[in-house]
Amino acid sequence: MNLAKIGIALLALVYCVAVPALGGNVRNCTWCHGTSAQGYGPAPRLAGQRPGYTEKELRSFHDHTRDNPQSRQYMWGATEALNAHRARTLAIYFSTLPPRAAKDGYRDLVAQGRAIYELGIPEANIVSCLACHGPNGEGVRAIPRLAGLSYGYLKSRLEQWNEGYHLAAVPMPTVARSLSPDEIAALASYLSFVR
Amino acid sequence: MKAVGSQRLLHAAILAVAVCAAGGAAGAERGLQAKLEYCKTCHGLSGQGYLGYFPMPRLAGQQTIYVENQLRAFIEHRRTNPIMTNVAHVLSPSMVAALATHFKNLDARPFGGAPRDLAARGKPIYDEGIPEANVPACSACHGPDAKGHDEIPRLAGQLYSYTIKALRNWSRERGQGGTREDTSAIMAPTAHNLTPAQIAEVAAYVSTLN
Repeated sequence: MNLAKIGIALLALVYCVAVPALGGNVRNCTWCHGTSAQGYGPAPRLAGQRPGYTEKELRSFHDHTRDNPQSRQYMWGATEALNAHRARTLAIYFSTLPPRAAKDGYRDLVAQGRAIYELGIPEANIVSCLACHGPNGEGVRAIPRLAGLSYGYLKSRLEQWNEGYHLAAVPMPTVARSLSPDEIAALASYLSFVR
Repeated sequence: MKAVGSQRLLHAAILAVAVCAAGGAAGAERGLQAKLEYCKTCHGLSGQGYLGYFPMPRLAGQQTIYVENQLRAFIEHRRTNPIMTNVAHVLSPSMVAALATHFKNLDARPFGGAPRDLAARGKPIYDEGIPEANVPACSACHGPDAKGHDEIPRLAGQLYSYTIKALRNWSRERGQGGTREDTSAIMAPTAHNLTPAQIAEVAAYVSTLN
């Protein structure tokens, strides 16, 4: 009996206890985010997202610091009764689902988007995204995975910082301010194809 | 009539030069502020460093000569880091000097996050070295308070994971490209002689210093 087996046994036990308890909560999420949590329309993919990030965002909907129009309309109400423990359990649950890349950006913008993602544009004071989000957009801790999110979601997030929403998400409001609409389209296109 | 005309012309010329100089200074100041905001996006709003996917080092209180040396090392590929090479390439010498001075004068609190028990074990390594392993006292060069001087960097308050990464990758990331003179060579044997556990201990210790 080695440690790995004990680990698997424990995981199975946690899964058996946690998933039925989560049932109602997860069903509420899947109405918009899809049954396999791959996202749909403006609702982002949650599958494979960093649990530290999902938990933080659930808290920021609950505290109303994430105040984009769609967040106000859907997520403020959805998280109103969500306590810290449930938020953490949901975040861990979604992180274990396998993510699929949306691949719905413009293919001809991918090369430009990749260059901005990896190196930024120093002469325009645009920072490299890779330094925080990782070489393959994988994210880490409370820094989100961006790889394979949908073009529309990525684009609207980058635009909304420029419009004055979700200003508590330092340093993203500053980062997004330097990006032109063309550069946002390029970044969102590139990331939608990254697996 | 002619004399009055030329005097007016002179006044106009002086005024024009003054306006240009003031405009240039204001432009340079705006350029510096925009560049500082850019640096601080990654290195922290107070220059305290930041933990992204990679650790972004603390610049607050860093020695100006060290910062200038490193920015040059990125450009000359003596220090490998594709992001910072690109960043450094577009900086003029006067911009580098202004940025380095700005960060030297910042006094942010340490970023924190290192295991406390490791820090306690790192102090004797920092203060006295490990003679039997040919590790000299860090304090001998970096100073008893780890503030550094001239080309020797400040270590006080540096991010725990950044110092670990720097020491473990020393000879792969610094002193590259052969012929050019690079002061990083002096650290190579010491970085090599420290075990991974000792690196973590000494990195934890300096990360706690103000």
